[in-house]
Amino acid sequence: MDLLANLATGFGVAATPINLLYALVGCLLGTLIGVLPGIGPVATIAMLLPATYALPPVSALIMLAGIYYGAQYGGSTTAILVNLPGESSSVVTTIDGYQMARQGRAGPALAAAGLGSFFAGCVGTLLLAAFAGPLTEMAFAFGPAEYCALMVLGLVGAVVLASGSLLKAIAMIVLGLLLGLVGTDVNSGIARFSMDIPELADGIGFVAVAMGVFGYGEIITNLAKSGEDREVFTAKVQGLMPTREDFRQMMPAVLRGTALGSVLGVLPGGGAVLASFAAYTLEKKIKLKASEVPLGQGNIRGVASPESANNAGAQTSFIPLLTLGIPPNAVMALMVGAMTIHNIQPGPQVMTVNPELFWGLIASMWIGNLMLIVLNLPMIGIWIKLLTVPYHYLFPAIVLFCAIGVYTTNNATFDIALVAAFGLAGYVFHKLGCEPAPLLLGFVLGPMMEEYLKRALKLARGDWSVFVTRPLSAALLAVALVLMVMVLLPAVKSKREEAFVED
Amino acid sequence: MAQGSQAGGGLEDNARLTVAGDRVVSIKSEKDFASGLMFITIGGGFAWASASSYTIGSASQMGPGYFPLVLGLVLLMLGGLILFFSLVVETPDGGKIGSIAWRPLLCILGANLAFGALLGGVEGIGLPSMGLVVAIVALTVISAMADETAFHLRRVLVLSTILAAGSYGIFIALLGLQMPVWPAFLAV
Repeated sequence: MDLLANLATGFGVAATPINLLYALVGCLLGTLIGVLPGIGPVATIAMLLPATYALPPVSALIMLAGIYYGAQYGGSTTAILVNLPGESSSVVTTIDGYQMARQGRAGPALAAAGLGSFFAGCVGTLLLAAFAGPLTEMAFAFGPAEYCALMVLGLVGAVVLASGSLLKAIAMIVLGLLLGLVGTDVNSGIARFSMDIPELADGIGFVAVAMGVFGYGEIITNLAKSGEDREVFTAKVQGLMPTREDFRQMMPAVLRGTALGSVLGVLPGGGAVLASFAAYTLEKKIKLKASEVPLGQGNIRGVASPESANNAGAQTSFIPLLTLGIPPNAVMALMVGAMTIHNIQPGPQVMTVNPELFWGLIASMWIGNLMLIVLNLPMIGIWIKLLTVPYHYLFPAIVLFCAIGVYTTNNATFDIALVAAFGLAGYVFHKLGCEPAPLLLGFVLGPMMEEYLKRALKLARGDWSVFVTRPLSAALLAVALVLMVMVLLPAVKSKREEAFVED
Repeated sequence: MAQGSQAGGGLEDNARLTVAGDRVVSIKSEKDFASGLMFITIGGGFAWASASSYTIGSASQMGPGYFPLVLGLVLLMLGGLILFFSLVVETPDGGKIGSIAWRPLLCILGANLAFGALLGGVEGIGLPSMGLVVAIVALTVISAMADETAFHLRRVLVLSTILAAGSYGIFIALLGLQMPVWPAFLAV
């Protein structure tokens, strides 16, 4: 069978002792940094990216996969322990997870998140291996118009997920697209909007934007709160593993979350985030058993299901990246950056030109998941300890890691000044209630979207109707439209808020 | 008189918009008012710069200014809409921006800038490269000042020593990253 043969190739590449070691180190580093409050997978990967520059491509990507899973799990850890989601997809985990922690049940909550994620990761990897091929075939049928439509769909997806005002989310996307255009235009060679600063001719670095807006913006916001607001909750932790009763409740929730996450993850535009919200909403709809506490008051299903969903979604979100070369979210955008550094152009050709790398990467994702569970189950107790480090020791260290991370991407002092500017912007966005996540997605897609739009319209001789007359493109735009209408419908809107606002 | 006085709950809740009518227009949401201004300024700036400095071209033959001009105008319009709604839609808490945390803001960004300046040196003001170690100490001390209640000089110095040693170990010794470690005038 092709699938098995391919997977065998993949494991042959990925499961060498040295690569396993890289996966382990990546997972460890990812978890260590991801568990720091306020630092999510995007910042963690950005920070650790330079560490992989010197490695061969396969090892580098394997280590990055480890870092990714580690960071994602680290984000869930802080969500549960201190009510601080490390990233948008663990926002719903805070709702029941933190309640469980307050009842001294942080251990079972962390274990449920870990085990659910592992199961979902296994299913996701299999799906990825099975469907990557057929979907790649489809990718060749994609013309510039389809790519454009797909990006619009992705950006609309990002809007759907933003929690605040719809208009502001759209504006942030457009702002991101514009910022992405800064730098030399590939067609004319003109340095656009560079204000005669030579460093800006190369464009604004993604790392500087991500670190500034997310890293520094978060730290400043955190420090602005009074001491008790960010108090770490370290009341007695009783029992690290879930009980038999817990298992009985979480099993079906994990299955539901995995199924939902796998499907939604394929959609470009924050599939993992959408998945976790949808999974939580679904769990709320399921009838409570007599012995259960309602969701929102520390029900283990409220942790297990969204965590499985976001990991399954994270896994299947590699599909658009590997087959179409379109990063579906900020983390994947960083992966594209990492691949480009290693001279790999993500897209349908990776699979044919470089099959070892392609299948090796897929195998390494499963290995990353495995490392995660191996590393984290025994160490739950230690992660809880790490969070007792007072914030006044923690934040200078975070600032330092951000600064070093930014400096090392280009070895340029200018980038450090740039990150300060974006740190200021991040704080302003926070103050004005503008969510930064859509901005980041727009920033990544900006240059690509311009390029495909240009090509599509050139082929169509300037006729905009090309986007609706080509069936595939029309279908994608229709889905985008449906998503948009769904957000505007008040009924859906109230449900969207239900997942956020908890009593 | 304004017709209907039911207060709109969410901003995007178009169905419940009420128009200010002949009442004196007041800011209903400070956050949205300021966001609107911000987007108008940035969008307008991009649109103006695209139109004035770059070739626009046509849809079939786009110049470097085409896409940014379109985006700039879209952003300008979105900003206008946000501004408009901030004046007519009631928000529960008035969308207050609240006080600005100057101290954390200045300390964190200042620490970051000091780190960059000390690490690479600034030619314009004749500051030589001071290297990683000095830069880390400066960054730690300045950023720690962001939290005045917990600031304690000896503790901060200990922390900076640990961070400097750790960074040296990880980034220089282990990962082999290229950056100056000691001040330039001490190097041979």
